Amino acid sequence: MRHKDDDLREELRSHLEMAEADRVARGQSPSDAAADARRELGNLSQIQEAARDQWGGRWLVHAAQDLRYAIRLFRRSPGFTFVAMLSLALGIGANSALFRVVDALRLQTLPVSDPDGLAQVRLADMDGARGNFHLGHPSVTYPIWQAIQARQQSFAGLFAWSADTFNLSAGGEMRLAHGLWVTGDLFNVLGVRPAAGRLLMPDDDRPGCAPRAVLSYPFWQQAYTGNPAVVGQTLTLDGHPVEIVGVTAPGFAGLDVGKSFDFAIPVCMEGALNSDGSGRLASGTDWWLNVFGRLKAGWRIDAASAHLSAISPELFRSTLPPKYPAVSVPKYLGFRLIAVPGASGVSQLREAYAAPLWLLLGIAGLVLLIACANLANLLLARATARQREIAVRLGLGASRGRILRQLLTESVALAALGGAAGGLLATVLSRAFVGLLDTQTSTTTLPLGTDWRVLAFTSGLSLLTCLLFGLAPAVNATRIGASALMRATTRGATASRDAAGVRRTLVVAQVALSMVLLFGSLLFARSLHNLIAVDPGFNADGVIAAGIDFRRLEVPADRRAAFRQDLLERVRGLAGVQSAAVVGVLPASGSSSGNVFWPGTDRTRGFGTNRNVVGAGYFSTMGIPMVAGRDFDATDTPGSTPAAIVSETFAAKIGGTRAAIGSRVTREATPGRPEESFTIVGVVKNSTYADLKETVRPVLYMADSQARPAGYVRIAIRSALPAATVTGAITRTLTQIDPRIAVGYRILATDIRESLLLERMLATLSGSFGVLAGVLTLVGLYGLIAYTVTRRTNEIGLRMALGAGRRAIAGLVLRETGTLVAIGAAIGTILALAAAQTAGTLLFGVRPSDPLTLAGAVAVLAAIALAASYAPARRATRIEPVEALRAD
Amino acid sequence: MVRPARYQNRIEILQGTLDLLILQTLRWGPQHGYGIAQALQAGSGDVLQVDTGSLYPALHRLEKQKWIAATWKLSSNKQRTRVYRLTAAGRRQLETARSRWERLVDAMSGILAKPQGSES
Repeated sequence: MRHKDDDLREELRSHLEMAEADRVARGQSPSDAAADARRELGNLSQIQEAARDQWGGRWLVHAAQDLRYAIRLFRRSPGFTFVAMLSLALGIGANSALFRVVDALRLQTLPVSDPDGLAQVRLADMDGARGNFHLGHPSVTYPIWQAIQARQQSFAGLFAWSADTFNLSAGGEMRLAHGLWVTGDLFNVLGVRPAAGRLLMPDDDRPGCAPRAVLSYPFWQQAYTGNPAVVGQTLTLDGHPVEIVGVTAPGFAGLDVGKSFDFAIPVCMEGALNSDGSGRLASGTDWWLNVFGRLKAGWRIDAASAHLSAISPELFRSTLPPKYPAVSVPKYLGFRLIAVPGASGVSQLREAYAAPLWLLLGIAGLVLLIACANLANLLLARATARQREIAVRLGLGASRGRILRQLLTESVALAALGGAAGGLLATVLSRAFVGLLDTQTSTTTLPLGTDWRVLAFTSGLSLLTCLLFGLAPAVNATRIGASALMRATTRGATASRDAAGVRRTLVVAQVALSMVLLFGSLLFARSLHNLIAVDPGFNADGVIAAGIDFRRLEVPADRRAAFRQDLLERVRGLAGVQSAAVVGVLPASGSSSGNVFWPGTDRTRGFGTNRNVVGAGYFSTMGIPMVAGRDFDATDTPGSTPAAIVSETFAAKIGGTRAAIGSRVTREATPGRPEESFTIVGVVKNSTYADLKETVRPVLYMADSQARPAGYVRIAIRSALPAATVTGAITRTLTQIDPRIAVGYRILATDIRESLLLERMLATLSGSFGVLAGVLTLVGLYGLIAYTVTRRTNEIGLRMALGAGRRAIAGLVLRETGTLVAIGAAIGTILALAAAQTAGTLLFGVRPSDPLTLAGAVAVLAAIALAASYAPARRATRIEPVEALRAD
Repeated sequence: MVRPARYQNRIEILQGTLDLLILQTLRWGPQHGYGIAQALQAGSGDVLQVDTGSLYPALHRLEKQKWIAATWKLSSNKQRTRVYRLTAAGRRQLETARSRWERLVDAMSGILAKPQGSES
């Protein structure tokens, strides 16, 4: 190509020389001849350009040139490039990161064969069910599962499963792992293949089955480094040996999206593993199984659902548990089964995080819009500044198409760089986001794929911005024509009046959107602050809960109470332990168990009550003040009258604190126990039961010393020493007593902090987005104001020459900013109030239309506006009138 | 945009006909760009104005179509010049283009020579 260019140049030179020689020969003076010949030839570079266009294949060379030129420009203005790329990268990154999580949680189907053929069988409404609820979502009992299996006709294959936690260590500190109880057909129906050995089959799930387990692929890799010899080895679950028969294929993570599993065991092992006689397989009041199935060919989900509803009355009549409380029997008989689509499994995570995630995605979308507005502003400013350059190049003979192509290349390069950086950022951010959801006891695993649709959408948006705002002014500039542009571009170009209007509109839009984001982030911050400020009614700092499992010791029932008392005394005797007491339900632990109680024998005055079983010293250990009466003590024995301590709210229900002491209350019958009466011996202050957001409900504490002792005990320990020191000492002590005792710990303060996970996440993320929006808006405002001051230098100079003071000039600039921000804030307020309605249920202690928060957002915007106009205003007041006027 | 002033009595070459004129000029033997321009101007009795800005792109276009070929030669005054000659394909193209041009001229003059259609 270079060779061809040289040729062309020489060809034209020879043309010129020949023309000159001819003219001289005709009698012109050499100097005139040269000038005339030159004039006749015309614009040399234009001819060269036109001739080159004929060669073909030039576009590639041009593209390479344009790209080189673009990169050179980016390097020459690193500030512009950095801000443009950063805003694009953050906008694109945040959006695709959040969308990845939403996609993994909500949109993706299970990685099994034909997921769309799967349906979940569940109760339409579980309200009024009685017994023990092992899962957070709708579930059925084993007898119901068996009845479904026997009676249904719409499914080709059916299975049930449940999630549970097991201790892998043989003794000492627990190593908890996530297990799945599965019925024999699960792997078969889902079409999951083994990565090693074999999977569980219907034959593995027969009464009295041999203990067998299948490992998940990640657990196999992690705990056994993927060694195939694992098949035939033994796994210890809660002290019971279980044979490993195989490993599931990679990718299969169970049916609970977000919760992975480590191993699966057949439900028939339940009796052997839970040897304390809880016997869930025979129990009609243990709700623990999820039922899934694959529809028969030709059955649609609504037909299956109708069929299940039709067989429900007979099904529940046949499974009614014998000792079911009479008041709840009509509810049980009225239960109705339905089928719902099961392609995406079940997920508590999904239920908890779906709404906040969509909200965050919306917020991230606004940030992207602000980023685009910012970019548009930058590009417009640049294009205006480059009008002169464009004019010069047009004048030198560059074709219009050529200049447009080059500007296009720049825009595309910018969008591509931003998109690439955003893509990288998305990977990091989505992992970090999922990491935020982890707690002491659970890890969240989501299959985060690279979603090309999102990346394409967000990059497309940024590309569109670049094209629209980078190219449009350039098109305009080339249309006006070189000479007009050259004349006009010394200061304030003709074409830039339009551009200034567009830039103003963009800045107003930025301010309005920032207002929405700032308001939202302030709302979430206040909500979190309110939650942290909630007085839980107890002092969590320095409290450790130790769950001690001594079932393997098989201590006879009549000696268990003494054994537990001995354990408690040993813990109390440890150095650094201030106090320790037995506790059933940890405060603010998220679990709840309630019953209806009534004063005396008056059933009509019954009310729902949360209950707990605690030992002597519990209230002082937790820092819950006694209001009246006494704590449990040695006089509360299995033989004495059942004693109870109640919360102030409970006491208020039965006539106040004074009346409560010594009075009797009765608890309704449960599937496990008949009606029972208690004598109230004490009243304590209210304390948080399930979580900080709850409305206060009555609480009744029963005496641990009067309860039937289990092979398991939880002790709350208060100590000023570091948690690790205390837990280490406890583990050593227990191992000394018997190495088969297993123990697990929870730190109460961490528990409570983690219970605010969602709120903290919302506050953190919306806060970061708010800051981001604020910074972007600051940059946008600053750019516009600085530009305006430059454009009005003349006018300002004139005003100063005519006697305007610095104060008046600064006021001029500030008024300009003030107008823009006021318009933006007004629009933003309307948008913010409308948008905040969607966040209503996620807020605590602050209304979505809180005027104080709104005022706060406006104040932040005002601060941003002041910061943005400070430097330009200062510059305006320093303008030297004489110089400003001389410049033109 | 600044354009060189035109001579009033000269006619710009009709769009699309420059290729034909170049091919026709080269029928009489190889010629360089300046020579072609001079020949066209002289051949038309100074009526046709050849714009260098169109001539060279046209030459390169024809060269790419392989209707003409170029070689470097030394001119009489030891100046290296790029000389174009007609190829066999160019000769065939010239025949086709010329017959098309002749039909066009016939048709045009047929219409233009007709007296204005009477309205009666």
